[in-house]
Amino acid sequence: MSVTAYLEVAEGDTLGALRSFLGRLLAEDIVDALLVPQKLPTGDNVVPTLIKNPASLAGVDPFAPVMPVIAARAVSNVTATEHGERLAAVLRSCELRAVIELVKLQQASLDNVILIGVDCLGTYEVTDYANLIEAGVDPTAEALAGAAEGQLTAHEGYQFRAACRMCEKPVPGGPDVYRPDITIGFLGLNPSQQILIEADDNLAEKLGLEAAEGPSAGSGQAPARRKEVIERLIAERTAERDRVFAAFREQVAGMDGLLAKFSTCIRCYNCMGACPICYCKECIFRTPTFDHASPQYFRWAERKGSIRLPTDTLLFHLTRLNHMATSCVGCGMCESACPSELPVALIFRAVGQEAQAIFDYYPGRSLEEEVPVATFREDELTELGERQG
Amino acid sequence: MDDFEPRIIGFFCNWCTYAGADLAGTSRIQYPPNIRVIRLMCSGALDPVYVIKALLEGADGILIGGCHPGDCHYQSGNYKARRRVAILQSILKQMGFESERVWLRWISASEGRYFADTVTEMVAKLKELGPNPLKGVGAV
Repeated sequence: MSVTAYLEVAEGDTLGALRSFLGRLLAEDIVDALLVPQKLPTGDNVVPTLIKNPASLAGVDPFAPVMPVIAARAVSNVTATEHGERLAAVLRSCELRAVIELVKLQQASLDNVILIGVDCLGTYEVTDYANLIEAGVDPTAEALAGAAEGQLTAHEGYQFRAACRMCEKPVPGGPDVYRPDITIGFLGLNPSQQILIEADDNLAEKLGLEAAEGPSAGSGQAPARRKEVIERLIAERTAERDRVFAAFREQVAGMDGLLAKFSTCIRCYNCMGACPICYCKECIFRTPTFDHASPQYFRWAERKGSIRLPTDTLLFHLTRLNHMATSCVGCGMCESACPSELPVALIFRAVGQEAQAIFDYYPGRSLEEEVPVATFREDELTELGERQG
Repeated sequence: MDDFEPRIIGFFCNWCTYAGADLAGTSRIQYPPNIRVIRLMCSGALDPVYVIKALLEGADGILIGGCHPGDCHYQSGNYKARRRVAILQSILKQMGFESERVWLRWISASEGRYFADTVTEMVAKLKELGPNPLKGVGAV
């Protein structure tokens, strides 16, 4: 069972209230370290940081609408091997879902780890965020201001990342999203007065959280209001997702569409480097496998008339899709990292969705459901492999 | 395209399909010479990268052969191969490629006749489908 409590915010300082709540996890010796997004001293970026000293929480800002790297990778880095520390990791929904996938792929461990999920309204590209800061905007305050209505309103002249605009899983513990040990919510609330904390019984007791029917100030309708706002946000995002998926499927019908999709790819592998699921230490594309003997290139050119160099661009994308599509959480870091601005978040998510559907698999939903490529059932796909007709 | 002869790349497991193909040969069963075979220890050892590479290089069809369900020499490799082929076909289809060029068949070491029939059937189907459109495309 879990406890739903409301954290009172004094003088509109939402981040202050959140920092002191997170500080209690350290101060009351519930964990030894926090992994949480924190503003860099320059102020123009918010990055995952590992904090051991409660005095180092001053720049903590999990609500900042920016995700320069996906913290799931950081969770993997700090937990993959024995560490002997108790950790709490503060993650947005896509990061949380990627962590669940990495745990199942044995690239991260949840031993002595408390997962804390935060609501997310969407994130800017890291350069857009820096420009907004430069222009004197407070993107966190803007995000929190939209919380009550769950409105995805980017600053004028800007937009959130494409992956965020079609993200129908913005809430930890929401539909088909893993339920973390603690959820910090602001959707449907007035975060200048309260934020929501949901925690399992055990943690709630340690943290002295008391169950509440609704917020003490404002209306007593908070739980119903939150539910309504989240449902509307999910419906809007789902509609956007379906719209762009349909447009993609129309474009890619046939071989010309396939070739056109990756025509401007420069094969830099940035999409692979940014992807939380592409964890292989020895990826075949980072080996000399595709550095062919010189005469081979001439033979290919002879046979086909001409060949594109470097070779194997489409091979890279199609192979990577086969390796990661069933675990793709749709974080869109691939697209943010792409110098050619290819819509790879859309491509990989759309394709992944159908591949996942074969196995009724939802990446990041549950620790119990094995990743599709690591398991099988004898009684599935029985027509495949048999003589047809 | 009357003179079109499809080129098929076979990926056969060592224990069943490869031995089945061998039996077809030693039994002198006739089948079309359109297939080039690569032997693997197990159909479950086949990474999709090799199938995709062959298709992008212009292979007209891919025949992946493994032991019948329940008969895998390594217990479950063929079940894992089946999942991988399902994922591969889904991805190829969605990316605008003809997924029906990729076949998976369970052929045992005693099924020389079935192996020959499968190749014959596949050649006929690929002739209907026509050449792989990527055959002459260098910009991949």
